[in-house]
Amino acid sequence: MTDRKNNKDKLPAGLDQHEGIHSESGPFEKTLGETLRSQGISRRSFLKFCAATASMMAMSPAMIPKIAHALESARRPSVIWLSFQECTGCTESLTRAHASTIESLIFDSISLDYHHTLQAAAGHAAEEAREAAMEENFGKYLLVVDGSIPLGNPGYSTIAGISNYDMLMETAKGAAAIIAVGTCATYGGIPHADPNPTGAVSVGDIIKDKPIINVPGCPPIPVVITGVLTHFLTFGTIPELDHIGRPKVFYGQSIHDRCYRRPFYDKGLFAETFDDEGARKGWCLYKLGCKGPTTYNACATTKWNNGTSFPIESGHPCLGCSEPDFWDGGGFYKSISMPTENITKTAIYTAAGAAAAGVALGAMNRSKKNSAAAAHSKTTIDDLEK
Amino acid sequence: MSEIEFLSWVRGTGFQIAVIIFIAGVIIRLGEILLLGRKTNLAEAKGSEMGGGLRTVVTRSVPDKSTFKRSAFTIVAGYIFHIGLFVTIFLFAPHILMFKDILGFGWPSVPTPIVDALTVVSIIALLAILVHRMRDNVLRFITTTEDYLVWLLTILPLITGYIAFHRIGMTAPTLLAIHILSVQLLLIAFPFTKLMHAFTLVLARWYNGAISGYRGVES
Repeated sequence: MTDRKNNKDKLPAGLDQHEGIHSESGPFEKTLGETLRSQGISRRSFLKFCAATASMMAMSPAMIPKIAHALESARRPSVIWLSFQECTGCTESLTRAHASTIESLIFDSISLDYHHTLQAAAGHAAEEAREAAMEENFGKYLLVVDGSIPLGNPGYSTIAGISNYDMLMETAKGAAAIIAVGTCATYGGIPHADPNPTGAVSVGDIIKDKPIINVPGCPPIPVVITGVLTHFLTFGTIPELDHIGRPKVFYGQSIHDRCYRRPFYDKGLFAETFDDEGARKGWCLYKLGCKGPTTYNACATTKWNNGTSFPIESGHPCLGCSEPDFWDGGGFYKSISMPTENITKTAIYTAAGAAAAGVALGAMNRSKKNSAAAAHSKTTIDDLEK
Repeated sequence: MSEIEFLSWVRGTGFQIAVIIFIAGVIIRLGEILLLGRKTNLAEAKGSEMGGGLRTVVTRSVPDKSTFKRSAFTIVAGYIFHIGLFVTIFLFAPHILMFKDILGFGWPSVPTPIVDALTVVSIIALLAILVHRMRDNVLRFITTTEDYLVWLLTILPLITGYIAFHRIGMTAPTLLAIHILSVQLLLIAFPFTKLMHAFTLVLARWYNGAISGYRGVES
């Protein structure tokens, strides 16, 4: 590995910021590379991970050694993870993704200073850890948030007596960037679903002065979370985002466009029920309500459970969980081309009402015609000569 | 309003508004025409009104030779985009699902590449018709603002549908919502414009045929 200073010159813009993340930790702090080696990860498999990450994020192969170097020399960035109105599914997704993948080791290698599900400390001791991490790394720590924030009443969700809103605002102040993980933190998610009893909002709804990376999904794909972390560790910047704050590399294409069942859609071969011939033959699930055409996520390419499969592959239509308001999208099993309201009823009532109105208008016209006919008098030559 | 909310609105409330205006408008207009009735013909019937009427409804679909010679372009391009509209509206799988949801029954679809191709052909035919209309002095003179509006409302769902299918420029939920909205504009304008010809052409042809049938002559 070349000297870091020499290599730095070749790194893209924005790296100046990551200087702060990589250095300035205690002398006894292990680098990420050292941590991985002590966990028994060979250099070969580490580079494979770097190559996979580079290709996943559509970078040139020339970037692989740079990613490797940046990751190896990264000194455990401080990460504060706040969980608000959530179900812990996002944490489960990341931590139980697969046995000892490098992704999970990267995750283990960050200095996760506060995560109330995973940390041993509880109550005020836990809050002290958060405050200490904030103070030590002010302006440099990464803030990860899962769960939505209730604005309806601060008492709806509190941690150690602190409302979610207050904790987020306080912790966000010193964050270098915020990663909103899961659809609740990114777009309000299930707590935000109609009628939104808690007045749930997303991180982006209330924080406007910090870079926010939205990593939606219910839960998000683990490799997407670590991919975003890797990007931040490598470049010290946030990846290119789409119009709703999602990294384009992972959320740039619709499930439909990448779906292996797409040829069946184009041929007009659909599963009509969950156990018909079409379902057994693996035909398109559009008619069963698949939201693939309107959903942007990496499921169809990176897949789940170490690349085993994704929902459509196991025979279930996509729910569209990485899109805002997916819970209120008109029903999971209703195809997106179908109306969400009962149009049949609307049509019948309208037809009945219109028929009555038509008859009434017709009767009016007829009487007008009849009275005009009755009032009709013949014009004679005498009349014209008047 | 998020894009999914926009899509939900056009699939829900927007859809209802459009359907109410469309159905009420069409029924009231047809009801008015039918209930107005016709003057009693005092002449002795020399043939059947029904026979002549029904025959004419069908036969008028084929232009006679001299008419075809005079406006071959209009007729051919007109046929192309009408067939294109029929296939894209009624034989595209996602559309059939929509009809099935409302009517309770569906029918087989054609493969999407065929629908895709016919969409492009229809768009070209409609564009050619507009150009032809604007270049011809007589046609341009008799064309009203309403005619241009109807043309626009007809081509919009084709263009927005094509863009939504291929996801060009914007994200899928927004494109789909815009497509559905463009169809709703068409449905709302339908009863109050020349678009009503889709229904009234049957009545008009039947009346023409019936008049001739009553007199015992060919229409």
